[in-house]
Amino acid sequence: MDLLGYGAFFLTTALIFSLITLGLNLQWGLTGLFNVGVAGFVAIGAYTSALLTTPDDAARLGGFDLPILIGWLGAMLLGGVAAAITGIATLRLRSDYLAITTFGVAVVVQLVALNAQKLTGGPFGIGFIPRPFGGLAETPLLFNLSNLAIVSVVTLIVYLALEHLSRSPWGRVLKALREDERAAISLGKSARFYRVQAFAVGGAIMALAGALQAHFTGFIAPDNYLPALTFQVWVMLIVGGSGSNIGAVIGSILVWAIWAGSGALTSMLFSPEQQARAASLQIVAIGVMLCVILLVRPNGLFGDRPRRPRFGKRARVAPSESGS
Amino acid sequence: MNLQFVVDGLLAGSMIGLGAIGVTLTYSILRFSNFAHGDFMAWGAYATLAVVGAIGAIFGKIAPIAPLSFGWPLIVALIIGMAATGLLALALDMVLFARLRAKGQAIIVVMASFGASMALRSLLEFIFTSRPTYFSRAIQIAMPIGFGIRITPDQIALLLLTAVLVLGVHLLMTRTQTGRSMQALSQNAALARIVGIDVARVVRVTWIIGGALACVAGVMIGILIQIRPFMGFEMLLPMFAAAILGGIGSVPGAVLGGLIIGMAEAAAVQLIGAEWRAAVSFIILMAVLFVRPIGLFGVRER
Repeated sequence: MDLLGYGAFFLTTALIFSLITLGLNLQWGLTGLFNVGVAGFVAIGAYTSALLTTPDDAARLGGFDLPILIGWLGAMLLGGVAAAITGIATLRLRSDYLAITTFGVAVVVQLVALNAQKLTGGPFGIGFIPRPFGGLAETPLLFNLSNLAIVSVVTLIVYLALEHLSRSPWGRVLKALREDERAAISLGKSARFYRVQAFAVGGAIMALAGALQAHFTGFIAPDNYLPALTFQVWVMLIVGGSGSNIGAVIGSILVWAIWAGSGALTSMLFSPEQQARAASLQIVAIGVMLCVILLVRPNGLFGDRPRRPRFGKRARVAPSESGS
Repeated sequence: MNLQFVVDGLLAGSMIGLGAIGVTLTYSILRFSNFAHGDFMAWGAYATLAVVGAIGAIFGKIAPIAPLSFGWPLIVALIIGMAATGLLALALDMVLFARLRAKGQAIIVVMASFGASMALRSLLEFIFTSRPTYFSRAIQIAMPIGFGIRITPDQIALLLLTAVLVLGVHLLMTRTQTGRSMQALSQNAALARIVGIDVARVVRVTWIIGGALACVAGVMIGILIQIRPFMGFEMLLPMFAAAILGGIGSVPGAVLGGLIIGMAEAAAVQLIGAEWRAAVSFIILMAVLFVRPIGLFGVRER
């Protein structure tokens, strides 16, 4: 029984990660947009939904006590708008600028979460976030299973929608832009317009995942959205194979299993005072794994990587004679 | 408003500027934004700290040079640390970046640098734990120099060191054959190769300069603030912002960008509060991207 409960808990977390990874796959895998600020967009979603749905709190703004569904929609809207603004600012420039700017977005979101006490509760975060089926909390198994059901349904809907999108004319334009920008533009497609759209939709999906997570755990704090989160999601996408939605889902579950498993292992092997050090070794291992996969098997498990560097002429090949 | 922010800004700007030189060179010559550059700073600081420790173990306690908080061991250690950080950058290029560059996908290299940054930083955390350490715990008395400004001997020495290094890199870039090769490669890689420039050598020099300067910046942070595994990562956004503000590929631009951002940060600390410091570089970055994305001294990419 415990095992079933833990299994449900594990899968719920893994599926929330899958949702983030699906958003990243739309941005990177399908469109070739490099987002280093994933954690920032997830945090925007989590905080938006928490603010909209928590009961009134005198210490900070709101607590508007709205239905959870409104919270989710608000999260998607704000996440999408934030991503769109980021995209408009940078997508006419070289792809690296988007990477740097999204990195900055994550830094600033983290800063606001920590310091804008009136809005975000500061370092102590926001508690008492309403949980769907909160009434079932006395029977943890039932509670976990019902949460799993909700998260599964949302992930399935997003997955099917993305599959549909990537086969639609819209998705084909994105792929065309990724593969050969000049050819796509010559067919009359506005590269920047389509990319901003894809980036915004991806940001909205990440924000939705953040909101789901917030309502699942019932409590959020700035520490949940450190750069390590961005990094985990990237590894999940690369392991699964960028460009493939099913790869994104399976990669997330797989990497989360490795992560949780090695976490459990280190907590068994190391004494409590060595835990923090062991945890950093875990990140080293995952970082090395990311680099090795990029070197050895850039397609991941189910990959459909762009055959050509994106951004046409601007992605010039760097000097390549050194080293190897 | 207290004029002290001028000195604070100059110091912060020196650290950012020294780092931004490496970022701007990597970006213009190797054509990728290196997210691991901040971690070169942290590795340089820790390497220098380790050498200082080793010297202390061999020669015993050595008195600091008159008004400064450090003695010759730190100076020797800094030189060794610079070499070590340069080698670290070279090694990382050899096992990772060069191979990915050979595949020709610029943005994959950025992603790999992101993974490498995470691994390097966490490795430091594993070896040295995340507790901050210091080169010296001695407290220096700041001397008043008028207009309500105070400055310590260490700060003066480090500002002078920065000036010398920046001048040195500038002369190297403009007056030597190596520097001209670097500029040629950043302006037109294919043509540079045709006229017989040794690309592999230029790439090596780029990494060594970038790594060594990152080490100096890291040691500066270590002397004036503290040493932590995250110290370099937190400098990443200001460094990128400085490199873009100054114009990618321009060494004077990177330094000027660093000084502007350092000043703005110091002013923001006084006016708004220290907790919002990190937002300053983001605001400047966004402003540059909207108004003049090629930066102050940049050239439009062809």
